[in-house]
Amino acid sequence: MRWVNLTISRSTGLLLGALPLGALGLAYLLAAASRHAANPADKILPLPGAMAEAMGALLFDVDPLSGQILFWADLLASLQRLGLGLGIATFSTLLVGLVLGALPPVRATFGPLVTAIAVIPPIALLPILFIVFGLGETAKVALIVIGIAPYMIRDVAGHITALPREQIAKALTLGASSWQIVLRIALPQALPRLFEALRLSLGPAWVFLIAAEAIAADVGLGYRIFLVRRYLAMDVILPYVAVIALLAMLMDLLLTRASRRLFGWAHLASR
Amino acid sequence: MLSLRNVWIEYGEKVVLERISLDIAEGAFVSIIGPSGAGKSSLLRLILGQEAPSRGEILLDGQPLAPECGPDRGVVFQRYSVFPHMTVLANTMFGLECAEAPFTARLFGARRRAARARAEAMLEAVGLGDSLDLYPAQMSGGMQQRLAIAQALIKQPRLLLLDEPFGALDPGIRADMHTLITGLWREFGLTIIMVTHDIKEAFSLGTRVLTLDKRRHDPHAPHRYGAGVIYDLALKKGAPIEQAEEREVVPLAGGITIDTKDNT
Repeated sequence: MRWVNLTISRSTGLLLGALPLGALGLAYLLAAASRHAANPADKILPLPGAMAEAMGALLFDVDPLSGQILFWADLLASLQRLGLGLGIATFSTLLVGLVLGALPPVRATFGPLVTAIAVIPPIALLPILFIVFGLGETAKVALIVIGIAPYMIRDVAGHITALPREQIAKALTLGASSWQIVLRIALPQALPRLFEALRLSLGPAWVFLIAAEAIAADVGLGYRIFLVRRYLAMDVILPYVAVIALLAMLMDLLLTRASRRLFGWAHLASR
Repeated sequence: MLSLRNVWIEYGEKVVLERISLDIAEGAFVSIIGPSGAGKSSLLRLILGQEAPSRGEILLDGQPLAPECGPDRGVVFQRYSVFPHMTVLANTMFGLECAEAPFTARLFGARRRAARARAEAMLEAVGLGDSLDLYPAQMSGGMQQRLAIAQALIKQPRLLLLDEPFGALDPGIRADMHTLITGLWREFGLTIIMVTHDIKEAFSLGTRVLTLDKRRHDPHAPHRYGAGVIYDLALKKGAPIEQAEEREVVPLAGGITIDTKDNT
């Protein structure tokens, strides 16, 4: 049978998907073992035991300087910033994207502004944000919002604009007003697209979070990674990166599941 | 009921329709045929209000027609006429909800039950009585068109416009739909204007057949002349098509030249 026709069962799929991940882990272990054979004090590729030991201290011991358990404080701070940023971005996308997509006068007025903001590299705005909002939480959350909201707004607005003209004409012949069309036709069809845009924005959102934390913070996953870099502490950096990867995958999965559950109609065609 | 007075559609230099003058009587079933690009759909969009004429005027019951779609004219397009995010029942109730709940566009309690009963009765009439909770994506093309018709009829429009409504359906389903639309037309006393590519369909369903085509053609400037009504045949329902060739021409302001030689 030709490859394009092969169907993979769920269990085989899981096995196949685990293979490259396992190979990567094994390759790391082999490389780490060979480096440690040459130099037992090697810090570049720490062995799992060293990582567990370093992380154990961060996970369970109270830091005498700050009085907090560092890993949990970092996790909480980062998730809070990320959650606020994603929440504000999603909410403003829903509001702005909807009217931008559904109402031509609003699109003509504010479309170019959104495009202009979207083409600015957000990191270039970070100094401005720090100057305007200070070095606190606001600037970091603002960076995430400015980084992902314009893309999401343009995506959702474009999706609404691309709704078939026939649908709008039909709604008008059924007596719908502009408001009723926004509420009952545009909004429900924007929501699955919004979830998709949010899911695709998770990656950039993490980038902006880590960048903001690396530059000015006193707690957070990104801050910790960039702090311990000074001591070449790969035994902390690698587990932190793994935690970030796991969190990102988990959020991705949750959003996909939620979208399928909430907007079953939108996934009928692809099933 | 509906009158078009010397209506033109022009896009800059390009003339799509010229000198269209028509009177459409209450209860008529008008089929519009013509070659591709002859402006059939433009004429329908004009009557629907999606487009404004560049010259001339359109009157509905003696009142000038606003160039905006409204609930006095129902429409069924070839595709995309139903809302993919609503069930069959919600699709049908949407028109009632818009009229009764201007702010929320949703009904509750007794009014919702009343609207639901009306929607169910209408769906029963088009043969979708047992598919109330399906989404359009779960239905065949024929069922979607039935839904689109139910959705339009529940608003009791003065005029029902059909834009190649059965064009994407296979022949068997199409015959069922012909029976359905003829039945609904009689039962509800509808006035229907239907654009179609299928000449047989136009003659078997319509009480009047309009043919749109260009009267003149300039090969060096193909857009210089627009299409007009070149045939306007009134059919007696049930009479064989051959006899209908003796046309009862409605006197038209623009005058129709029937030129069977140079029409291409």
